[in-house]
Amino acid sequence: MPRQLTARRSYDGVVACQPVTVPYVRYSVESAAWWIGRALHQLAAQSGLRPRDIDGFSLSSFTAWPDTAIGLTQHLGLSPRWLDHIPLGGASGVVALRRAARAVQMGDAEFVACVGADTNHVDSFRKTLSSFSRFAQDAAYPYGSGGPNASFALITRNYMNRFGARREDFGKICVAQRDNARAVPHALMKQELTLEAYLAARPIADPIHLFDCVMPCAGAEAFVVCREDTARAQGWAGVRILSTIERHNAFPDDPIQIRGGWAMDAGELWAMAGLRPDAIDFVETYDDYPVISMLQFEDLGFCGKGGAADFVRGHTLTNDGSFPHNTSGGQLSVGQAGAAGGYLGLVEAIRQLTDAALGTQVPDAKIGLVSGFGMINYDRGLASGAAILARSA
Amino acid sequence: MSTPLVRPKRKNPLARTRLPLLPQGARSRTALGLTAAAAEGRFALQVCGDCAHILYPPRDVCPRCLSARLTFGDVDPYGRLVAETTIRVSTDPYFRERMPWRVGIVRLDAGPVIVAHLHGDTIEGERVKLVLKLDKSGSAVMFALPAQETPHMQADPHLREMTCDPHYRRVLISDGRNAVGQAMTKAFSEAGASIVFVGVADPWKPFPGMAELSKIERVEIVALDVTDTESVTELAAQNGGRIDIIVNTGEHVRPGGIIARGNLSIARDEMDIRYFGMLRLAQAFGPALRFRGADGANSATAFVNLLSVHALMNWPAYGAHSAAEAACLSASQCMRAELRPGGVRVLNAFFGPLETEWFQTVPPPKLAPAALAKAVVAALKDGNEDIFVGDIAWDIRERLKANPKALERELGSQ
Repeated sequence: MPRQLTARRSYDGVVACQPVTVPYVRYSVESAAWWIGRALHQLAAQSGLRPRDIDGFSLSSFTAWPDTAIGLTQHLGLSPRWLDHIPLGGASGVVALRRAARAVQMGDAEFVACVGADTNHVDSFRKTLSSFSRFAQDAAYPYGSGGPNASFALITRNYMNRFGARREDFGKICVAQRDNARAVPHALMKQELTLEAYLAARPIADPIHLFDCVMPCAGAEAFVVCREDTARAQGWAGVRILSTIERHNAFPDDPIQIRGGWAMDAGELWAMAGLRPDAIDFVETYDDYPVISMLQFEDLGFCGKGGAADFVRGHTLTNDGSFPHNTSGGQLSVGQAGAAGGYLGLVEAIRQLTDAALGTQVPDAKIGLVSGFGMINYDRGLASGAAILARSA
Repeated sequence: MSTPLVRPKRKNPLARTRLPLLPQGARSRTALGLTAAAAEGRFALQVCGDCAHILYPPRDVCPRCLSARLTFGDVDPYGRLVAETTIRVSTDPYFRERMPWRVGIVRLDAGPVIVAHLHGDTIEGERVKLVLKLDKSGSAVMFALPAQETPHMQADPHLREMTCDPHYRRVLISDGRNAVGQAMTKAFSEAGASIVFVGVADPWKPFPGMAELSKIERVEIVALDVTDTESVTELAAQNGGRIDIIVNTGEHVRPGGIIARGNLSIARDEMDIRYFGMLRLAQAFGPALRFRGADGANSATAFVNLLSVHALMNWPAYGAHSAAEAACLSASQCMRAELRPGGVRVLNAFFGPLETEWFQTVPPPKLAPAALAKAVVAALKDGNEDIFVGDIAWDIRERLKANPKALERELGSQ
C-alpha cells in the first residue's frame, strides 16, 4: 500500500545544548556506569541542572551490559518520565537528538539528557566483536576474526576497484582530521600525521592500513535537548535543528555496500531544512573508516556517486579549509569510545555553533551537518542518520 | 597454483609442541543447519518454502515474505568473488598465529552474498565455487574454491586447516588381518601418507593377504591386538606421538539376533572387539591426538570409525552385531566432543553389507572393501564427519529420514 508521506513537522522551538565530553582513555578499569555517571556529573556541573530536573534520559552504550537505560536510572538516581535506550552505535547521537527533540516539542519531557558512553577494558574489544550480533557470530567473526577492519577492508577494496579512489584520497581525509585534532586537548592521537606516514603505515587488512582504523577507547559524550525559550531563560547557548533523517537496512539487495541510508533520504533532509549542500559551513561525518566518510559525501549530496575521491582532491578539509570536515579530529584522531563515537560529531557540532570549540573554531560557522552510521551486523553498516543544525538566533 | 606440499621435516624432539587453538565455534541453532550439511560434504542454504528466496546468513524468518518455512536445501554453489582482503591483524588467538588470512565476499548466482574463506588460487572478480567445510572448531564455514580445478589445489594451507588430507600424514590401521584393513592400508599409502602403521594381532600367525600387505609402500607392520589393553597401550607409548590419523578396522561380524543366540559368548566377542576395542584405542591414543591437533603441517587430524549402517537402525538378521555397532556410534559422539578441543575430527563411515565371507548369504548390492577405503580417504580429503558409503547405506539413511518406524518394521521382516 504505497502512500504519500505526510509532510514532516519542523523542530522549531527545540535546541540542543550543553555539550559534554569526558576525556577519553585508551583503557579503563571503570565500568560503563562510571563513564555515564561522569558525563551526567559534568553536565550537571556546567548547566546547573540537578539530577531531579532531568526528566528525560536517552542512553547509548555497548558495555553497560547486563544493564540497559532502565536499570541505570536506579544506579544513577534519576527519575525520568521519558526514557530511551538507543543501541544504534554510530547512529546513536543523531537518533537520540531527533527522538528527544520530538519528546520536548510535544511536552513529554523538559530536559532530556542524551548520553553516549562506553568503557574499554583490556580484551573487551575482542569480546564485543565475537558476540556483536547473531549474524556476526554465525557468518562474519569465524572468517579470520578481523572485526570491522576486515568488513570495511572489503567495502573499501570494492569502492577503490569500482570508483578509482586511491589510498592517497583516503589519506587526505585522515591527515586533515589529524590537523584538526592537534588543537583538541583530549584527542588521543595528536602527533602530526603526514601523507607519507599514512601511506607507509603497516597493513591491517588490505587495503586498510593502520591510520585508516579508529582506536577503541573509553569515553563519554553528552548533550541536553530542551525548549529554545527554556535554554534562553537558563542562559544556555543552543543550536536549532533544521532537519533530520534516519534509515536502517537500506538497499539490502546491493551485493556490497557502496551507499548508505542517506541516499534514500537526503532529498528530504535538504527539503526540510530548505537548504542546499553549499549552505553548509562544516560537516561531521561518521568516520570509523575514511571510505565511509566518502560514502556520506556522496549520499548526502555533496558530490555524485563515485565522485568523493575527486571531491576530496578538490577541497581542503581542515577547519580553515574550503570544506571543514570532522572539526575535532573525528574518531580517527580522538578515538572511538564505543557508542560515544556516535555522539562525537554531534557534540562537536553543538560546540562549533555555540563558539565553544575545544580545538579550532571554524570561521563564521552558522550551519553544520552531522551524520551517523553504525552497526555492522554482518557485511555492512545498517543504521544511518543525519541532522542539519544551525546557530540559534 | 598452490605450492605443492613438501614432506614435513622430522620434528625436533626438544621443540615445544604448539597447542591447539580453535576459531570461534559458537553458532545459532539455525546456523547449525550448515554444519549438518558440511558434515556430509554437501552445500546447502536455506530456501523459503513460500517464495523460494535463497537466504544467507541463516535466519528464522524470510526477509522477502516473512515466512517461517525455511529449510536447508542443495543450492547452486557458483558465484563471483566481488572483493577480497588479506587480514593481517586479528583479535582471535587462533587466527592470530595463522596470519595473514584471506577472506572475501562472494555473490552467488543464486542470490545471497557470502563472506567466505578463500583458497589461494581464487582471483578477485572471477568465478568461484563455494563449499561448506568444518573448521577446527567443528562448525561449518564457507570456503571459496576456484571454479576450475588448479594444480595442487588440495595443498592450500587454509584448505588443509579445514580438511584431514592423509597426504604426508602418519596413519594407523588398527587391524591388518582383515580385507577392510588391507584395503585401507593400500588406499592410505596411495593417498601419500608418509607412513602407514598396520596393526596385526599375533603377527607370527599367517593370514590371507599377509604377503601383499607387507609389499605396500611405506607400510610398517606393528603388533596390535585391540582386545588386549596392554598391547594397545604399548603401541601408543611407542608411536602415539607420531600418529595423525587412526582408522579402526577391527571387525567382528556374526549373523544372528539376540534371543536366537541363547548365550552371551558371541555378543561378548562383538563388544570386546568392536566397542571395547574402540574404547581402548581412544583411551590410549586420544590424549596424544588431542594434544597434537596443531602440531605443524602433519598435525593429528582424525579418528575414523567404520560403522555398520545398522548402528542407526537394528537389522535383526545381524541383530546383536547391530547393537554393538550402535554402542560404537554412541561412543563416537562422545569422542567428538572430547577430541574437538584439539581440533581433531571423528569421521564416521556408515556402510551396508560388505563383499566379505561373513555376509556370504546376503544378496547384493554389497560393498567392496576397496570402495569403502576409497570413500574414507576421499572423505578425509574433503574434511567430512559423516559419510554413507554404498547403495545400502544411502538407502537406509533415506528411509530412516522419511519414517524411522517404517524402517524398523521393514528391517524386522527382512
